[in-house]
Order: sequence, then C-alpha cells, then structure tokens
Amino acid sequence: MNLLEVRGLTKVYGTLTALSGADMVVHDHEFHGLIGPNGSGKSTMLKCIAGAEMATSGTVSLSGRDITRSTPPERSRAGMSLKFQITAILPQLSVYDNLLLALQAHDTMFTLITSRSRRPLHDEVMELLTRFRLADRRDELAGYLSHGQQQWLEIAMALSRKPKLLLLDEPTAGMSPQERRATGDLLQPIKARCSLLIVEHDLDFIKDICDSLTVLDQGQVVASGATSDVQNDARVREAYLAHG
Amino acid sequence: MNGQPGSFRRVLPVIEITLLVLALPLPWVLDEFWVLFATKICILALLALSFDLVWGYAGIMSFGQALFFGVAGYVTALLATKSGVTSIFVLMPTAAIVGLVLAFVVAVIVIFGKRIPSVIFVALGTLTGSYAVERLARGWSWVGGQNGISSLPRLTAGSFEIEEGMIFFYIALAILVVTYVLVRLLVRSQFGLVLTGIRQQEGRIAFFGYQIQSYKGVVFTLAGLIAGVSGGLFAFHEGFVGPGQLGPVLSTQVVLYVLFGGSGTLVGAVLGVGIIELISYALPQLSWLGESVTAFLETGWPIVLGLLLLGTVMFRPTGLIGLLVSDRERVGSFGRPGRDDNAAAKPGHEPA
Repeated sequence: MNLLEVRGLTKVYGTLTALSGADMVVHDHEFHGLIGPNGSGKSTMLKCIAGAEMATSGTVSLSGRDITRSTPPERSRAGMSLKFQITAILPQLSVYDNLLLALQAHDTMFTLITSRSRRPLHDEVMELLTRFRLADRRDELAGYLSHGQQQWLEIAMALSRKPKLLLLDEPTAGMSPQERRATGDLLQPIKARCSLLIVEHDLDFIKDICDSLTVLDQGQVVASGATSDVQNDARVREAYLAHG
Repeated sequence: MNGQPGSFRRVLPVIEITLLVLALPLPWVLDEFWVLFATKICILALLALSFDLVWGYAGIMSFGQALFFGVAGYVTALLATKSGVTSIFVLMPTAAIVGLVLAFVVAVIVIFGKRIPSVIFVALGTLTGSYAVERLARGWSWVGGQNGISSLPRLTAGSFEIEEGMIFFYIALAILVVTYVLVRLLVRSQFGLVLTGIRQQEGRIAFFGYQIQSYKGVVFTLAGLIAGVSGGLFAFHEGFVGPGQLGPVLSTQVVLYVLFGGSGTLVGAVLGVGIIELISYALPQLSWLGESVTAFLETGWPIVLGLLLLGTVMFRPTGLIGLLVSDRERVGSFGRPGRDDNAAAKPGHEPA
C-alpha cells in the first residue's frame, strides 16, 4: 500500500527551479533512498515533504491524506517525523531530557503543566536510550556526545512518536565507518514499525539498507524503482558520471 | 559548564531561601521609609518575574509588560475612586483578570497565528501597543489625563484598612512568594521542558508536533496576569496611577531589571529589581562625589543605569546570577529517573 505519494512536486526559488514535477511513492514498511548528485534537489524535496519548505506546485499525500499545505506540527500528528541534515538536538539539555521532550510532544498542555506523563514515559525513554546505545550517557548534556551519538540521539527522537514515515536527511554524514555500520544495524529493526525515506550521499550505505530508490538529477526524477534495478539503470550511471 | 549532572552544585535554592530569610524580618529592623522601599521592590519583582517568564523562558521579547501593569492599575484605581470598591479580595483578582485578558488580546494579535512570530515582530508590536495606550491615557481626561488618578483610598480586607507599611509589605511579599513558587513549578515541569526546547531550537521542536505559538501565547497570557497583579498592588501602594506606569519607559526598565539580574532563573529578576532600585535611589545621594557630580546624578542617573545595562549585555549576558549559578543549573534537569533505573542503564556499545 502507498504510504507517501508525491505527485508533480515543483519548487521554485526566484529564477531557480530546484525541483521540477517530481513523482515518488514510498510503500508501507519500505526503506526508500533518495539519491542524486550535489544540487540535484534531494534536500529540497525532503524539505517540501516535511513541511520545512512549501512546494510551489504539486501534491504530497500521507496515507491518502493531502498534506501539501500542512504545517510541520500537523504533519507530525499525521505520522511523519524528520531528522535534519544538520544535527538539531538540544545541546544544553541532558540526553534523557532530549528524548522526553520528543516523546511528550503529543501530550496535552494540561498534562505537561502538571507533569503527569513524566513517570509513564520513563520506561519508553529508557527503552529508546538502550536501543540506541545511549543509556549509560543519559544524564550527560547532549552537546557532549560524539557526533555519531548525536545523530543516533536525533534518530531516536524522530522515532519516539512511532511515526508511520521517518525522513532522514544524511544520517551518516561525518560518521566513522564503524559508526556508519552501527547506524545501519540500528535502523534495520524499525522496518517492522515504519517506512523510511532517506537522503544520503553514501551509496554503499543506501544500497545496503534500501529496498527501493529514487534518483534525482537537476531537479527531475531520472529513475525510480527497486534498488537493484535502479543501480543498473543507464540514466542513473550517466547522471553520476556526468557529475564526476 | 559540566556535562555530568551530579557534579554541579545546586546554588539556586540556597539563594532563594537566603533572600526569603533576609526579607522576612525587614519591617522589624528597618524604618518606615525603607519598609515602603522594600514593599515597592516586592511589587516590582512581580513585574520583573512576568518579564523573565516571557523572555527568559519563552524567548518572547515583550516591551508591553508595563501595558498590563498600568492598565490593571488604572482599572482598579477607577473601581476604587468611581465605585468605592476597596476590597483587596475584589481588586486584586480584578487586576489579575485585566492583565490576563489584555495579554491574551495582545497575544492574539502578535503571537497566535499560522507561523511562529519573530522576536522583532513581537517586540515592536508590544512596544507600539504600550506607547499607544500611554498616549491615550495622557489625553483622556476621564482617567486623569497627564495627572493620572491620585489620592487612591486604602485597600481593605473586610473592615480592616491596609496601611502602607508592615502589613502591606507582608501582603506583597506573600503574593510574590506564592507567585514565585507557582512560576517555578511551571518552568520546572514538563511544560518548562517545552519552553527550554523553544528557547534552544524553536524551529526544530515544531517538527515534533509542538504548536510553538500556543505555548508562547499561554506563557505571555500568564505573564500578563502576573503583571496585572503587580500593577494593582503598585497603584494602591503608591496611592497613585499615571500614564508613566503604562509606557515603554517602565517596560524598558523591567528589561533592565531582568537582564542585569540574570534572565531565565526567576531569582535573578528579583535580585535585579532590588539592586537597580537601590542604585537608582543611592546615586543622587552620593554627596561625597562632589557637588557637580551629585547634581548630574540627580537627573542623569538613568544614563548610569543605561551604561550598566550595556556593560551587562556585552560582558555578562547571563547577568549577576551567572556569577553564582552554572549554565547547567540554569537550564535545569527535567527527567527524574529513580535509583533502580541505574540497572537499566548498562553501558552500551561505544562507537569508535
């Protein structure tokens, strides 16, 4: 079943067309990679899907519901979650509090004022911390974590509300090879719970974890389909070779 | 700043309790003038708390706190002079409601909306509102025009008349302490965690599903309530309410209190009021500085305060309280894992 459906997505900045009529489908429980050379429009497409940018035209639907004009909080409530390209954890809060902040997001204001969900959410916080190998650093300031651990914390925060679709913008950027492998291992188990749309430069990482790919070049989709089919596509090879 | 939670000293409660212990016996050891002075500090501390809540916790630069303070003062003064209502149990709740409703109206205009408002937009919006209402009060004879409303009757509690002095001091102190405790509970609750998130990564936490505008609007409205109570108390303590209590000058003074004392700690705001008010009073009295300097300070003391603010912003952005309180303690900790949870926190894989 189609979870995310993008049709004719176009984004124009002044005289620059960053994205032109892009189509893409992400199915339930599918890991979908969005790749392309630098400046191909990957991050723009992800931002339009997440609501960080408003598309100039085209539609974005999640579970059949049109969310093209929805605000980020509305998209979050519809089941979408995002990890930014630049790590956006809260460095002056503890690792524990970062996750608590993400987990309590859909509680009512009254619940938060009376701190009624602090105890009930504790087990969930600890479960996520343990799963993402951060339990022993829970009381440290998030800003003191290594770069890789900050990325894991942010993925854990993005996953905390049990989204239907998780958007990851370059999750392995700046990671060591070991951290990259560990990130792949951490992501695999979430397939049973949600779909993943991932923008990444590391093609080996993408090929290892993604079931399907969409390739962008100069703001247009040049190929889309199963990973094995797309990586052998002549247009894809040409797009990558043309950009060195 | 230390990353380990157990390794910082908790200084804030010590400062808070020390200040309270020092304040309690003041009417017994000070003469009448200084008791009135201390009462004024307690009342203005409420106003400073309201600004610290909006700026120090929710990142809203409001130049309109005096608007809620002054309008609440005018409404209660009018009730007392035109309708003869003097009961503290009627006038103070009225002041609170006036501040709350007015702040909500302003929030609807400058905060609530589809997009998160910028700091500058809110600052200019509140400044304009404050200025406009001050001009209105100056030109409206029904509310006393330039002269304001003077000779207010004393507040009463039943048949008891509340004189300025010891009783008024303890009433103001009690209201300050209760408000302080409630605000402290709020900012250390899970709601306070959201405010911390807003302050650090406003754009980011919207993607978790938080309606940033709603949180800011609620904080702004609550702060309006506190400023309203402060305005009501101030009017009856001074026996007077005038256009100066509505305008940008007082709003800016509140900014000075909080930035000087240290924003985002609550107690910094209270300290800021005490120290700035003492400096403002003491500067023109410093006769040993020479006649010409004293003559300058009589009218020019705001220039000294301005320089003080400039110095604080440039060299000590965390304010005076930043000298005593670590960043870690200022931001606070919101999760409360129990002791037995340590078992669950087994060391995990360490990335190379």
